[in-house]
Amino acid sequence: MDLATFLIQCLNSVQYGLLLFLVASGLTLIFGIMGVINLAHGSFYMIGAYMAFALAPIVAATFGGGFFATLAVGVVLAVALGYVLEWVFFSFLYDREHLQQVLMTYGLILVFEELRSLLVGDDVHGVKAPPLLSGSLPLGELMTYPVYRLFMSAVCLALALGMYLVFTRTRLGMMIRAGSTNREMVQSLGIDIKFLYRIVFAAGVAIAVFAGMVAAPVSSVYPGMGNSVLIVCFVVVVIGGIGSIRGALVASLLIGVVDTFGKALVPEVAGVLVYVAMALILLWKPDGLFRAG
Amino acid sequence: MTAPLLSGRLLFVVAAFAALALYPMVAGPYGLDLVTKIMIFAIFALSLELLVGGTGLVCFGHAAFFGIGAYATVLLTGERDAPSLLWLMPAGVICAGAYALAVGALSLRTKGVYFIMVTLAFAQMAYYVVHDTPLGGGTDGIYLMSPPSLAGLELGKALPMYGLTLGCLAGVFGLLAVVLRSRFGRALAGIRSNEQRMRATGFSTYPYKLAAFTLSGALAGLGGVLFAIKDGFVNPELLSWHQSGAVLIMVILGGIGHLRGALIGAFAFALLQELFKSEAVFGAFAKHWHLGLGLAIIVSVALLPRGLVGLPQAWRDRLVGRTARPVDAQPDADADAAPTRSATR
Repeated sequence: MDLATFLIQCLNSVQYGLLLFLVASGLTLIFGIMGVINLAHGSFYMIGAYMAFALAPIVAATFGGGFFATLAVGVVLAVALGYVLEWVFFSFLYDREHLQQVLMTYGLILVFEELRSLLVGDDVHGVKAPPLLSGSLPLGELMTYPVYRLFMSAVCLALALGMYLVFTRTRLGMMIRAGSTNREMVQSLGIDIKFLYRIVFAAGVAIAVFAGMVAAPVSSVYPGMGNSVLIVCFVVVVIGGIGSIRGALVASLLIGVVDTFGKALVPEVAGVLVYVAMALILLWKPDGLFRAG
Repeated sequence: MTAPLLSGRLLFVVAAFAALALYPMVAGPYGLDLVTKIMIFAIFALSLELLVGGTGLVCFGHAAFFGIGAYATVLLTGERDAPSLLWLMPAGVICAGAYALAVGALSLRTKGVYFIMVTLAFAQMAYYVVHDTPLGGGTDGIYLMSPPSLAGLELGKALPMYGLTLGCLAGVFGLLAVVLRSRFGRALAGIRSNEQRMRATGFSTYPYKLAAFTLSGALAGLGGVLFAIKDGFVNPELLSWHQSGAVLIMVILGGIGHLRGALIGAFAFALLQELFKSEAVFGAFAKHWHLGLGLAIIVSVALLPRGLVGLPQAWRDRLVGRTARPVDAQPDADADAAPTRSATR
């Protein structure tokens, strides 16, 4: 492996890791704060990718189009979706056993996949990157690197930074952190925990949908794409420590590196490497790297 | 637990097994095959119920043990002509149990959600071993060359296979019923409700949990052995996390904390699948059977907090009026059977 290939693999692993982080951060928030093991989180990623495909012509007809307008419309829809979902399907489940919520989210996966199949069909689609970002940068003498992937990494990084600031610097972030530590205490201080949950859920859904939309031009859009990302994101959440945004960032970058370099260097065992890494880390630190609360 | 309720439960189990024993008289070949498959999944779900309901350990990688049992059957049969079930079945069960022992020894160091994920990780490792190495025949899977025989019966045929599966199901159900009522089972129940307290009273909990995990994995392997003989074919999908998820869903759907819950859950899950898949009922829409299954699951979560097992109770409450009954008959099932709930909540 020469230097240029190595650099490209590094960029790829960072980009994959950051994308994982976007999906996993919503998962870890919903998990850590609301205590909901949300198996349907991968479906939101899938919904995002399909939105990038299906909304583009509609947005083009109404607003004159463009990739970024589609992104904006998609995120607004996703927030609404998350808000309504929490209200209809989860708001009555918090006092029940966790496994009941698992069952509920499993049902939601099936429903989302079939609705997707009814509305958009089962074909594999491609989404074009916006013309502004479709070029590629030369790297070394022979290699090039697509600008869009760099853009993805930058967007993910900006979003991660934004989340960090919201968490550590704002009142909302403080309430969320407090809610994850002690629900009753926060409630007794006069904070509407139900509304807080609804916001967290909607934000988690919106971030996952956004991740799906951004990833669509790179990964193509296909049925079942949510399931494959879901399990890897659970691995990230658990390695990072449940409820910890910082942990999710570190863990997703780690998984990005392990997976990308594993596929490049030892393709025979690449599939299992991520799980070996998780098992080793959990045997070393049974609560994950950065446990919140 | 009052006496009439107990006999009601016993009556249900006896009636269910009697119905299963009489079913071949009225069944066609399709029905016989379907019910054999469902009974195999019921064995699988029962093995998981020992962990989830009996011990409070949620294993999300149970398909690995099922798949190892199935693969062991096919690989050990090899080129042999109709090997005897008397050694083949124990061999498959021991393989699954041995893997469960190894996985349990490591993963029981973690707790709650971390335990769920570590068991998933070990299952994924097993999945990739059969998926990517020549040992397991890759994605295509392998065929069972010759179905085993038991005392002159060819198990490749539908009826003997049905009988064998029913016998195994009854055996597993009976075994677990005895185990859960034994001192060992009581200790597991104690671990489920409060592990700290169990340790304080002088129980070394780790060996108990490990024994339960190994037994559960071995029984799942038994299901896998039967599955391989019935289908005559194994592929890596048997070990996939979808399979682990499906069996967990069966246990939750039926109702955690009751053996018959796993039984009911396996039947309900498979029959719902058949119902929504059937073109006779839904016509062209049967292609989208996941939608119906998903909605049925969501409705059951919304209306049945205790799973399908709680259904008669819910009806009684409706008839008698909620206030007429004192506290729920099983307070500990609600308060303590939430292994993944963090202590701060």
